[in-house]
Amino acid sequence: MYTYTEFDAAFVAERNRQFRAQVARRVDGSLTEDEFKPLRLMNGLYLQLHAYMLRVAIPYGTLNARQMRQLAMIAERWDKGYGHFTTRQNIQFNWPELADVPDILDALGEVQMHAIQTSGNTIRNVTADHFAGAAADEVADPRPIAELIRQWSTDHPEFQFLPRKFKVAVTGSPMDRAVTLAHDIGLRIVRRDGQIGYQVLVGGGLGRTPMIGKVLHDFLPEEDLLPYIEAVVSVWNTIGRRDNKFKARIKITVHEHGIDDIRARVDARYALIRPQFTGIDQQMLGAIRNDFAAPVFRVAPADNYGAVRAADPVFRAWADTNLSEHRAPGYSIVSISLKAHGETPGDASADQMRVMADLAERFGHDELRISHEQNVILPHVHQSDLPAVHAALRAARLATANIGLISDIIACPGMDYCALATARSIPIAQEIATRFDALKLEHEIGEMKIKISGCINACGHHHVGHIGILGLDRAGVENYQITIGGDGGPDAQLGDRTGPGFSADDIVPAIEAIMQAYLAHRTDASETFLATYRRLGMNPFKTALYGEAEAAKAARRKAEAYVAA
Amino acid sequence: MPREFTPKVVTANTLLKGDVVYLAADDSWTPHLALADILTDEADADLRVLDAQARAAEVVGVYLADMTPTASGPEPTHFREDFRRTGPSNYFHGKQADPS
Repeated sequence: MYTYTEFDAAFVAERNRQFRAQVARRVDGSLTEDEFKPLRLMNGLYLQLHAYMLRVAIPYGTLNARQMRQLAMIAERWDKGYGHFTTRQNIQFNWPELADVPDILDALGEVQMHAIQTSGNTIRNVTADHFAGAAADEVADPRPIAELIRQWSTDHPEFQFLPRKFKVAVTGSPMDRAVTLAHDIGLRIVRRDGQIGYQVLVGGGLGRTPMIGKVLHDFLPEEDLLPYIEAVVSVWNTIGRRDNKFKARIKITVHEHGIDDIRARVDARYALIRPQFTGIDQQMLGAIRNDFAAPVFRVAPADNYGAVRAADPVFRAWADTNLSEHRAPGYSIVSISLKAHGETPGDASADQMRVMADLAERFGHDELRISHEQNVILPHVHQSDLPAVHAALRAARLATANIGLISDIIACPGMDYCALATARSIPIAQEIATRFDALKLEHEIGEMKIKISGCINACGHHHVGHIGILGLDRAGVENYQITIGGDGGPDAQLGDRTGPGFSADDIVPAIEAIMQAYLAHRTDASETFLATYRRLGMNPFKTALYGEAEAAKAARRKAEAYVAA
Repeated sequence: MPREFTPKVVTANTLLKGDVVYLAADDSWTPHLALADILTDEADADLRVLDAQARAAEVVGVYLADMTPTASGPEPTHFREDFRRTGPSNYFHGKQADPS
């Protein structure tokens, strides 16, 4: 993985020193809150409902054991013993005190981590496929280019006061585990005629106005990528709207101008700035790529894996759901679920973080990843070590066999923590998980992605959930809208709203009704929920939720719209 | 027609810890909603909130929150204020864990 240069270390140390002085001046009254707020946000420090929240970047979700242990230490020493992993591959601490934050930032700096650009109208943490460097289906490792983009964007003088925040995601796999179509810029590494290049997507995003990204460039050579991205952000910085916060994202600019107009502007800007990129970036990329060289994979028999698998049904169930195909023979990718039934999605205690760090060090070539689905990955584990890894995870309550199943729910912090939220997300996720665990339907239902957001900003990615749940405030009462049919995969699409929302008491029974309708209507167990929805449409699910009369009304409206068209 | 003024309390987060506090009758900050001064006069509320906002060395984000007066003190009219007075519902970590 990437190792800080002397420049990196000095830069982070200097930023921390500046922030320590800024905190001191806020406390002694030299700075007003209005003056201080943008400074703390530049360092990832928010004021939430009950306390400050510090958002720490985990670039492209990659960290090592030492870094994970440091996060555990911070959680224990300056927080309440846990951290929350987010859909943008960050970690959030929910209870730091203002005066301690400079010490926390220094502690992060000791292990080459920071909180820079985890907030504010700037280019945020660059995210990537959480199986990067390990997946069998990968064209190329997306992390070196993600690291180059991180270095280029950090403190970039032109891009510190953008119209709004800007999010970049990179995938090296056609399976797109980075949701690139829902980012301001999505990059897909592709191979054409033996050459590696980039498909550049632009204008995706969720939130108040969800949009799927459009192809801006179908195949860009690697050496042209950075100037091209700079041209995109530069064009948006110039013409992006600043009159209305809700229309200030690039997706609105693309929508209002049209993709062809944006492409023409980007091309013009690119032609102007391309000569300034003299190849230094490619030299840097080469050096970065060395940092991401694959570990030396061991060639060894894995007979015990098959034997334990055959003998232990608990291990087999976990292996069936939580392991993914590795590119090296004899290896597996281990997804550690942070979604134990009834627990808070994405949370890990300090002790659990240490267990994961130990496992990474002992069995996983010292590598860990954070997934946008709020789980932790051990990307390289030899199959002969899987029984030992499973046993250690089980002892730490980290062996829930539910990756990709109904209880593997993405949930934003919601109104339990977030100052922007309009309803809670966490208790809804907890109740759904415990309900379906009690019903013993989880494995029967199979692949199912439920995503919950506590407000319209869609941090929980509800628009691209097979089932999406959006928490709203309806006249002072929590109310939950359901969408179905969303997908965050390579052909990402937005879900369709089912109809009126449900109260907090009724939302879990509503999800159960949808699941019962799916089980009743699927052709057989191999037809997923998404496939059933695409085959049958909304009607059977609407009937399950609202009864026959409402479903008939919806069908009539659809028929009338079809005739009118 | 002007909207009728509904009872309110002055609330904020403390500067150093960020935790939720309420303005008491003696102008001190209390973490307990039950001890908050309930304001029923609009002009008085406006003055109290302005005074509180000026105390920038103590608190951040001062505002008026709607409450219903009861025999045991103010009760929130909105669920957001209900969560603010206790803490998150997923952990026993907020004021619900405070023995005082």
